[in-house]
Amino acid sequence: MAYFIAKRLVQSVFVMLAVAFLAFSLFRFVGDPVTQMTGVETSVADQERLREELGLNDPFALQFARFTGDMLQGDFGFSYRTRQPVAEMIATRIPATLELGIVALLISLFVGIPAGVYTALRPRGITTQTILMATLVGVSIPTFVIGIMLIFFFGVQLGWLPTFGRGGTVNVGGWETSFLTIDGWRALILPAITLGVYQLTLTMRLVRAEMMEVMQSDYIRFATARGVPMRRLYFKHALSNTMVPVITIIGLQFGGVIAFSIVTESVFQWPGMGLLFLESIRFVDIPVMGVYLVVIAFFFVLVNLIVDLLYVAIDPRLRIRDVS
Amino acid sequence: MWAFIKQREGLWLFFRSPAVMIAAIVALIIGFCALFAPWIAPIDPYDLASFSLMDGLLPPVWEEFGNERFLLGTDDQGRDMISSILYGARLSLIIGISAMAIATVLGVGLGLAAGYFGGRFDAIVMRIADIQLALPAILTALLIDGIARGLLPNDMQQDLRVIVLTLAIALSLWVNFARTARASTFVQMNKEYVQAAVMQGQHPLRVMFVHILPNILGPLLVIMTVDLASAILLEATLSFLGIGLPADSPSLGTLIRIGMQFLLSGEWWILWMPTLFLVALVVSINVLGDFLRDVFNPRLR
Repeated sequence: MAYFIAKRLVQSVFVMLAVAFLAFSLFRFVGDPVTQMTGVETSVADQERLREELGLNDPFALQFARFTGDMLQGDFGFSYRTRQPVAEMIATRIPATLELGIVALLISLFVGIPAGVYTALRPRGITTQTILMATLVGVSIPTFVIGIMLIFFFGVQLGWLPTFGRGGTVNVGGWETSFLTIDGWRALILPAITLGVYQLTLTMRLVRAEMMEVMQSDYIRFATARGVPMRRLYFKHALSNTMVPVITIIGLQFGGVIAFSIVTESVFQWPGMGLLFLESIRFVDIPVMGVYLVVIAFFFVLVNLIVDLLYVAIDPRLRIRDVS
Repeated sequence: MWAFIKQREGLWLFFRSPAVMIAAIVALIIGFCALFAPWIAPIDPYDLASFSLMDGLLPPVWEEFGNERFLLGTDDQGRDMISSILYGARLSLIIGISAMAIATVLGVGLGLAAGYFGGRFDAIVMRIADIQLALPAILTALLIDGIARGLLPNDMQQDLRVIVLTLAIALSLWVNFARTARASTFVQMNKEYVQAAVMQGQHPLRVMFVHILPNILGPLLVIMTVDLASAILLEATLSFLGIGLPADSPSLGTLIRIGMQFLLSGEWWILWMPTLFLVALVVSINVLGDFLRDVFNPRLR
């Protein structure tokens, strides 16, 4: 067990190093940092001095080591566009994106898993066929169109919900949360559904496929023959065996949620990291782009690490293999 | 394609399912009209002389104040919506198809080689694929686009926009092809005809492309359809975000972004008409992809 965790930790460190290297290469080779930081009227001598100060004349490996070291100490450099520290810019945006992503993920799981189980158990029913057709359409409608449609119906036509921004937020120990105000929840509903719909279809299809496979396995047939009540059979025997792949998709979907939050945040003007990333692409604000990547990779690695540990907790077979 | 026409069974399935037939017809009509837009569209939306502000914000024909010259109404500049949509769909399709083609060539080439040679080459290609798979396609495309913005001089940006966009989309979609091609190649490598060809001392390239490739086309065709839909969606999303095509050469995504400005003001056709076209196109391509998957995977039927 300890060996397994250690191995996964080492792997995670390597992934983070690779992403840091990517961010560093972006910073170093896409455009010249010195010309970006100085104005037109800065003299060549001043530019050279800045270059020397920033250590851009040092060997490549040394520069990368310094870059990584600074990052570990929380120094992420300065934005070309706003001249603010990037760490601060990103930190103020993290709560908005994470809260949106978590609610979207919960929607996807709490609707997707039951729908997947239902469609697997009644594969020929009319409801199932309708749901399956709806998911195909759901996959084909781009996220931003879903967002626009929700804004149009619930925001403009019915006027029930706000169509942009986060509404009221409360600052809890430096974390701006919208979970504590009714206004904040109302603002969260539409973006979270927009972001959750696509993930929902994925969850549903995967649970359905797994469930159908499990239902045909021998132990389920024996349990049926033994007269185990249907409800118990479905939810205790069958569903618990589909949980391992479901845990996997939570890990994988996290990446998707973060990526599509860029689109959702743009539609709803949600002040999260994705919106910041879009702005930084538009203005070629390389430091912000790089740090965004590193932060996203960090969350991704973290979630997948937790997922791997959960496997061991959920599936006893993995523990036995580890012992032998 | 010919594989399932020859099987007859595929053809029969095709005519038995109304949804698939409708999808095929919709995709064909939109595809045809879009590719021949310059000859079909009433006006040229890029030509400022072909429309006038006087015709601005006219609703579609079936609404009150509609004008039969403009079937789907006009935008605020007086541009005929249907012409804008056809030209936009044309750009979307051109970029989608070329991105899919580049991704196919790159992915299938790498996947075939990885499956054929195995060993270290295989390991390197698959590690790269794994890393990229962890990054969702849209993030990859945005990133490539951002890098291109930083590297290219400003005056070249506008001219190269379409090419940059196509490459960004292609580079974020190749992984699917590479993984499928590699897995199928592994299966074929154990078959006698491949071993015979290798034994005869035929050139590896010949074995890969003449012997193996025709036998793994089925699954690849499915991915091509699905990825065409993804490529079109990706382009629309990037253009919607304002990262893709600019307003003077609009694709469907750009048209939707422009239409967003009219969300509150009642000129619904400027927003919903391009949206309808985009969704109809992508849904029909996805239905066809689903159908092809069923044809090539009889087990799942």
